[in-house]
Amino acid sequence: MALSYKDYLEQSQLPHMWCPGCGDGIILRAYTEALAELNLAPKDVVTVTGIGCWGKADDYLSTQAFHGTHGRALAFATGIKTANPDLTVVTLMGDGDAVTIGGNHFIHAARRNVNLTAIVTNNYNYGMTGGQYSATTPLESKTTTSPNGVAEPGFDVCFLAEAAGANFVARTTVYHAVALKNLIKEGILHPGFSLVEVISPCPTYFGRFNVHPSPVNMMNWLKEKAIPVQKYRELPLEEQHEHFAVGKLVKKDRPDFYTTYRRINGGKKGAEEGDTNGR
Amino acid sequence: MNRPVGVQFMQGNEACVYAALDAGAKFYGGYPITPSSEIAELSAKFLPQVDGVYLQMEDEIGSIAAIIGASAAGQKSYTATSGPGFSLMQENLGMAVYAEVPLVLINVMRNGPSTGLATRPAQGDVMQARWGTHGDHPIIALSPGSVQECYDLTVRAFNLSEKYRIPVILLGDEVIGHMRESLTIPEADKLEIINRKLPTVPAQGYKPYQTDEDDIPAIPPYGTDYIVHISSSCHDESGYSHSAPQTADKLVQRLHRKIDKNKKDIIQVEWFGPEQADLTIIAYGAISRVAKQAVINAQDKGLSVNLLRLITLWPFADEEVKAALEKAKAILVPELNLGQIVHEVERLNTFGPPVHSLSRIDGEILIPAQIMEKIEEVLK
Repeated sequence: MALSYKDYLEQSQLPHMWCPGCGDGIILRAYTEALAELNLAPKDVVTVTGIGCWGKADDYLSTQAFHGTHGRALAFATGIKTANPDLTVVTLMGDGDAVTIGGNHFIHAARRNVNLTAIVTNNYNYGMTGGQYSATTPLESKTTTSPNGVAEPGFDVCFLAEAAGANFVARTTVYHAVALKNLIKEGILHPGFSLVEVISPCPTYFGRFNVHPSPVNMMNWLKEKAIPVQKYRELPLEEQHEHFAVGKLVKKDRPDFYTTYRRINGGKKGAEEGDTNGR
Repeated sequence: MNRPVGVQFMQGNEACVYAALDAGAKFYGGYPITPSSEIAELSAKFLPQVDGVYLQMEDEIGSIAAIIGASAAGQKSYTATSGPGFSLMQENLGMAVYAEVPLVLINVMRNGPSTGLATRPAQGDVMQARWGTHGDHPIIALSPGSVQECYDLTVRAFNLSEKYRIPVILLGDEVIGHMRESLTIPEADKLEIINRKLPTVPAQGYKPYQTDEDDIPAIPPYGTDYIVHISSSCHDESGYSHSAPQTADKLVQRLHRKIDKNKKDIIQVEWFGPEQADLTIIAYGAISRVAKQAVINAQDKGLSVNLLRLITLWPFADEEVKAALEKAKAILVPELNLGQIVHEVERLNTFGPPVHSLSRIDGEILIPAQIMEKIEEVLK
């Protein structure tokens, strides 16, 4: 029997706690649809989360789950995946978890090329604690801890992952829901470290202070900002700074960590076998 | 690898690795730090030979996170560190207690605070082992006093961790970790190895944190038909977040109860010297060896002294220490810190004998003559 996204939702835990206009619900739908279309049984998938709005996602899921401490999802996930390579491991992190408090684990998981998928929801601020700035908040944006504008530039999450060695790097937005689902599927299927960055609206805080408090206007803003990667690369620099590229940015075939470890160190699960499940 | 058996001659840190492998460990996640690095090095060498994995993480926060993940995925997992790394591990140590994920953390204590004297011994992390992570929580910590005990207590640490689903700290020190002496490694079939219990109920409707009268959950690794939801947030029996006051209270009370009611199984001490003595020394780790020599020297001088050696540090050996307080005319607690276990002894002292502390924090070990001098001062 074909699986539906509903097979991955824990109905008893719904409705969710996210604000009206938040992108998290759309990403949760895309993630669960991707799992269903890949026909992965909930028992064979471990969803690893951190702390924050998006870190609450595990509570709405019926997959195996690990809800860890703030910023450490990738370190927990590295242990889970390395101890049992047969599992499909997906980490759900916000911009705080992934590249602010957890930045060290992020670059090293990408460098090691651990065979897992990171779905990073980037809403440019810490929503859960009341809209403070994170390491992706754009320069001069207003947040509750930068009332006059933030004095630090933000990270480009995809560029960071690429520079650190990730095998698969993609960016999209919650406005592009079908592309989002397809990129998650491709990320899960691609061996090695896969990053899908999802630009997501936070009308409650980031939007209200910097763009617009209306969810509809935030969606339109995402649509205007997002430029397909081929087209983006042809834009003049000034225009690139006003937009971001969406689509597949990096696709490489560097062997994943476990396969390389076994090739070099041996063991019963030898080099030729490695982590062959493609997930 | 060829498993050594019978009488061997090795370092305490080496003995820990052989013991971890004998206990069934398959996963090490760590960050090298003096004076524990030999544990990382030998683990890197041997684990692939038993189909295990040595994973060198980017820091100690990631190290303990990785072994928590690996343990949840079904592999017996361990790490080794020293003071600065132990400090970095504290948050996730609490997570392992709260989410009931078994692991063994070997802390080879060195002089601190901060970077301190990296190659010199200390016993300054005793209270950190008990209270370093935030919130009310139980913990188990064992203190080896010999290379033999590095082996025996590492096996025991895995067993207790698996049995009670709690992190167990092997709280060694630089002296024991780097000391070489002989030990006897038992035949493999003579070792008692305990593995975590698995659920006997059907997978449908399974709640990972539902316990029976033993208060210990039966949680399988990820990947079986059972859905396992592990959480650092307050959770009910399903493992999903639940923030009701009664849920928070029930969970933390049970975590304490599963340890408190098994203290007899967990707590180990050793008495040394005459059964009845004027002065009882209470000591642990490297200093308990020095104290043994001091007891012998005191006897030679006609002084009445014995030793209560604490092998399990946490939970604290309340009953055994009370027995010492009841019988002795004075108590002496020598430690390589400014007095940590001595406060636990004072806490229990409704019996009246004066409790004396003997401290050394200069990175050198207390020697028998120093303990002897204090004994003579107290018994004068």
